[in-house]
Amino acid sequence: MPGVSQTGPNLLPVVSIAIVLTFTNACFTPMCAVLLLHTFVRYTTLHYTAVVMTDTTQDTHSNSKRKALKPDRWLKPLVLLLGLIPAIWLVGRGLTGDLGANPIETITRYLGDWALRFLLIALAVTPVRILSGWAVIGRLRRMLGLYAFFYVTLHLMSYIGLDQYFFWPGIFQDVIKRIYITLGVGAVLMLVPLATTSTDAMVKRLGGRRWRRLHILVYPAGVLGVIHFFMMIKADFTEPTIYAVVLALLFAVRLYKKWA
Amino acid sequence: MLIRMARKSDPKPSEITSRDDYLNRRKFLASSGLVAGSMALGSGLASTPAQAAVERPGVGEALTPLVDGYSKLGDSDPITPYDAVTSYNNFYEFGTGKEDPAENSGPFNPRPWEITVDGLCANPGTIGLEDFLKPHDLEERIYRLRCVEAWSMVVPWVGISLGDVVKRFEPLGSAKYVQFETIVRPEEMNGQRSRRILPWPYVEGLRLDEAMNPLAILAVGLYGEVLPNQNGAPIRLMVPWKYGFKSIKSIVKISFVEGQPKNTWQVMASSEYGFYANVNPKVDHPRWSQARERRIGDFLRRETLMFNGYEEEVGEMYADMNLRRSY
Repeated sequence: MPGVSQTGPNLLPVVSIAIVLTFTNACFTPMCAVLLLHTFVRYTTLHYTAVVMTDTTQDTHSNSKRKALKPDRWLKPLVLLLGLIPAIWLVGRGLTGDLGANPIETITRYLGDWALRFLLIALAVTPVRILSGWAVIGRLRRMLGLYAFFYVTLHLMSYIGLDQYFFWPGIFQDVIKRIYITLGVGAVLMLVPLATTSTDAMVKRLGGRRWRRLHILVYPAGVLGVIHFFMMIKADFTEPTIYAVVLALLFAVRLYKKWA
Repeated sequence: MLIRMARKSDPKPSEITSRDDYLNRRKFLASSGLVAGSMALGSGLASTPAQAAVERPGVGEALTPLVDGYSKLGDSDPITPYDAVTSYNNFYEFGTGKEDPAENSGPFNPRPWEITVDGLCANPGTIGLEDFLKPHDLEERIYRLRCVEAWSMVVPWVGISLGDVVKRFEPLGSAKYVQFETIVRPEEMNGQRSRRILPWPYVEGLRLDEAMNPLAILAVGLYGEVLPNQNGAPIRLMVPWKYGFKSIKSIVKISFVEGQPKNTWQVMASSEYGFYANVNPKVDHPRWSQARERRIGDFLRRETLMFNGYEEEVGEMYADMNLRRSY
């Protein structure tokens, strides 16, 4: 606006994001970052090796092309990149000053939205596999679950590091007095053991049965996440209702499968 | 206690601040250095520091002449930039998102505009906006605005004294409250097409003595220009010691009534939003703390002030009340 210069250029979004990234990196995020990177490296190298191997061992070009295009070769790297898009988009909005008048609120809500979305997407993998019979997508479950954890961690850190700026008395009060925050923190605490036991080594160490039993925690975490969203709305519950309906449908498919 | 409260809300003629007293008070405040300058004509010439701080953005029609009204700001109260004031709004008639009102209020046409004044008063009637405003001075009042959601702004409003308006319509002795209603125009207000958001019309109210308080204004502009649609065009209430939702927008009806009005948010969730809604850092919203707030543009939250920093001006009205119960 011409003539309005009450404050200087708005560096807040950039500073905010820098701080979020710094502190999230210092806390939980390395874990999911490492796990994501591990998955990424593993599948890109596998893909690369597969292409190179087929190229060197078999001379027919068409053969190598066919192998490289198999869904189990490209699906995981593709989803890995897609999952990063919301984060990159947010950084982009921050750098271009497109986070609105209250960037901290925008960042926190945005990350919360995506945490819940990824949680529901991860929970949808098995029902979709059951309904479609498309077995390959079962392999995406871990990565999508880790993305949910990645975004929920950023969401929590933006509440602690940006919204409250490490004002621990206020945070403590919130956690014990504000039920929606209590539930949100509860959901994160449930997801922590799931993320830490998501590696192949941990699955082996725990054994399939115990691992599966532990990972039932994802259901209450999903329920708490949706309630958390419901409770922060003042009017018009359309959006959280959509999440609740999706969650209920996903449960219904599993229960149907179990009892049918 | 109840009896005393009832008597207190009953404005005897002697309790009504006369315009002269009011102006004298402002002169006193001005001379004590609380207000910068006394009068300034808003012809674009910045003749006082307060005027100099508020440069017109050149978006809407300029409002002239402007009189400098009561503006008591602290050192840490810089005026919130025009872009933020006009892009971050709660105005559910245009949607529940903060940016929805700015995005969706384009089709809303606030002119011509009529206001109906009815109920327990000697001069009821329906009046065009120009005639409604004519007898009053347009004052620039720079106020803090504290939302119940724990964010705040500093806005340079242009408005008229609500107390003067109330006096003009001569409320009867039986009138205890003033009730306000927002226009219902679903064809221009997309939010009103859904009953899921709020029961329309939006209703708010003040005790008569609150309406007579010199801080209360009916705002018709901000930043020296006519009120943008998203900020409640063409006329809205501004009671800076109360949470923002009390300051009802796009007013079409003012009623003098005997019983306490059922304001919309109280109807929606009476355990969370009361009738009084005075800014109070000690009484939390059930779902979040009201002790601190984020001033738009600041990184760190700041302590919320009792009555939003206007305790001196309004505290007396609530001296006998239990503010924890009358939230």
